[in-house]
Amino acid sequence: MSDASTDYIVEIEGLCFSRGARPILDDLSLGIRRGEVTAIMGPSGTGKTTLLRLITGQLQPERGVIRVDGRIVNELSRRELYELRRGIGMLFQQGALLTDYDVFENVAFPLREHTDLPERMIRQVVLTKLHAVGLRGAAGMMPSELSGGMARRVALARAIVMDPKLLIYDEPFAGLDPISLGVVLRLVRNMNDALGITSIVVSHDVEQTAAVVDRSFILADGKVVASGTPEQLRTHDSGFVQQFMHGLADGPVPFHYPASDYAEHLLSRR
Amino acid sequence: MRESIEKLGAVTIFFGQILAALPRAALSRPRLVVAQIHNAGTVSLILIMICGFFVGMVLGLQGYDSLSRFSAEDSLGTLSALSLFKELGPVVTALLFAGRAGTAMTSEIGLMRATDQLSAMEMMAVDPIERVVLPRFLGGVIAMPLLVAIFNAVGITGTYAIGVSVMGVDSGVFWSQLLTTVDLSDVAEGIFKSVVFGIAASLLAVFEGYACTPTAEGVGAATTRTVVSTAVSILVLDYLITAALI
Repeated sequence: MSDASTDYIVEIEGLCFSRGARPILDDLSLGIRRGEVTAIMGPSGTGKTTLLRLITGQLQPERGVIRVDGRIVNELSRRELYELRRGIGMLFQQGALLTDYDVFENVAFPLREHTDLPERMIRQVVLTKLHAVGLRGAAGMMPSELSGGMARRVALARAIVMDPKLLIYDEPFAGLDPISLGVVLRLVRNMNDALGITSIVVSHDVEQTAAVVDRSFILADGKVVASGTPEQLRTHDSGFVQQFMHGLADGPVPFHYPASDYAEHLLSRR
Repeated sequence: MRESIEKLGAVTIFFGQILAALPRAALSRPRLVVAQIHNAGTVSLILIMICGFFVGMVLGLQGYDSLSRFSAEDSLGTLSALSLFKELGPVVTALLFAGRAGTAMTSEIGLMRATDQLSAMEMMAVDPIERVVLPRFLGGVIAMPLLVAIFNAVGITGTYAIGVSVMGVDSGVFWSQLLTTVDLSDVAEGIFKSVVFGIAASLLAVFEGYACTPTAEGVGAATTRTVVSTAVSILVLDYLITAALI
């Protein structure tokens, strides 16, 4: 493999995916560089989460190639896929902590499932990871006792416990108070740089995301409509990108959902 | 109609997936299975015992009333034992199991689905069928015959309490009639039924949870479906097995 292709940990070419008759992703191509924090942004319902599920092999594409760390995800057997996933950490929207176990056991879960480490070693690793997200003191708490921000930090500790190469965040900033938001933002950046990994952040929060990412892809109608550093995107000449980046109510995406003529509609009998 | 056939297909495929995971998981996770036997068994135990006792007592009253019309009160023990071993034990236990342990399994797994815990496991390279579904399924399958045995024992005690203590059937006759008339094959029929019902009730419970719509209403609806579809399948299976064995 040439040097150019190993610059990218995720490469997607000509990806198509639809639910029923509705196309979600349509001939989408993008590459995610190693070592960077990359954002995948776009209005709700543009298939951002679907894209993540495709990258991690939870969904099968209709057409196209998805390469993660040099391996074609959609051609892997179940065992190979599970093997690949051990090198990927993923943070779900609401954390998705196992509600039957306390914080410590949640973080220890992947270690207990995949390794035969002695209890003392598991304890050390888990406490180290919890310390890294600032929640060593919460090790004995149950997921139901955690605030939204704390749950996401525990999920982050769990996602890094197997020392992944790639860390994926699905809407990590949604619904957080300003302080938790600041903490999670800092963690996204610090984890990436301290662990020397690659991060993908799916989000529609333009402001927050711009503060921590190296590069963004903006999706619309199942395609990448713009990509670049946050500065490049802020001054992008596409009307849609301007509307999205600056949060304008009207623009290429109209304020009004398509409807018949207003006056006619009001006057009609039905 | 079409829906039921599709569902039957989906349940069959799911059963296949569970069976495929069996050799991989059952041996490596004995602790999880034991925990689920405990879960499925203990949540239903008190319920099973209370219901078994009342069913037994009703058999005592109704059996005595019927048998005394042709002066056969002495056969009360036999009547109660045959009714319990062959029919009431497995059927009533399975219905109670569906209402108590089955719904618990469905809502547990459904909630894990709704809160992305199953997807999170998949992403951690842990197969949720192996880790979550299979232990619950096996726990239910193993717990069911044990619960049926307890139901039967308590039920016969209930009949004894009414028949001997209240109606005045001779205690020695009650037991000796029971022991001489009830065959091992009658007991075997009950055990066979309890195993089949255990598989059906547990399978439907874990299936409904695993396949539920991942919302609060979805979990609620799935829990209701568990009770309804288990009840129907138990009664249909009961007829089929009885018809095949007689």
